[in-house]
Amino acid sequence: MQKGDSIGSSTIRLDRADLVRYAGASGDFNPIHWSESTARSVELPGVIAHGMLTMGAAVQLVTDWCGDPGRIVDYQTRFTQMVPVPEDGGATLEIAGKVGAVDTEAGTARIDLTVTDPGNDGARVLTKAQAVVRLAEQ
Amino acid sequence: MGVNPDLQGRSYPPTQPYAVGREKIREFAAAVKAGHPAHSDLEAARELGHADLVAPPTFAVVLAQRAEQAVVKDPDSGIDFSRVVHADERFTHHRPIVAGDELVATATVETVKSLGGHSMVTTRADIATTAGEPVSTVRSTLLVRGEE
Repeated sequence: MQKGDSIGSSTIRLDRADLVRYAGASGDFNPIHWSESTARSVELPGVIAHGMLTMGAAVQLVTDWCGDPGRIVDYQTRFTQMVPVPEDGGATLEIAGKVGAVDTEAGTARIDLTVTDPGNDGARVLTKAQAVVRLAEQ
Repeated sequence: MGVNPDLQGRSYPPTQPYAVGREKIREFAAAVKAGHPAHSDLEAARELGHADLVAPPTFAVVLAQRAEQAVVKDPDSGIDFSRVVHADERFTHHRPIVAGDELVATATVETVKSLGGHSMVTTRADIATTAGEPVSTVRSTLLVRGEE
């Protein structure tokens, strides 16, 4: 394994039901994630996905790659673009990951995720999305 | 009304103990589309050496946001919840959260910055077991958008 290696890619589809499910599971009931009128009243284009839903779903690619969610010791991102989720059709996100750094001394690898929204001209919705994975003992 | 700059450095009392249950982990995993069996199948989790079902990497947000509620709801904060947009988030796990854990979270406002008409509020939630073992540190920045 070396810097630049791809860990693969995936596609995530989000619809309004996913947003309501995440609101319930997480306890984040901010109405901008389920109420069109509230979202528009605060100058948003419409209901938007929880950033934490995008972040939580994107890391699945890393879990699949490393084989144990307990090995993800650090995970961070910036939320740079909102993800509008129209009632009709929802949103689709494209996730890709590559090895950003390997620290053999610490026994960790940093995976850099790219998360884009093809429905929004391919905008990067997460930036500096990085997961640090503890590697299996050799 | 902007965010009160005096929030910076303020700490809030720990949340009530939160008992991490298997069904909650399964529910949260389904909500973030986390399909790894260690989130839902006890045998799969134990085969990987975990004591019980493993929470997804962002599950700690449930605890962190409970702690952050103390900041948002502080009558002194000046934060309008409907104008809050999430700017960044970071989880540092000292160990994985597993079902059976009893956790408390303590929020501290690390910084309050003004940016144009907007405010950026960074909070840290220290998550530990009720016995005091550190489990996760969660940093979160909220962008509070000014009125246009």
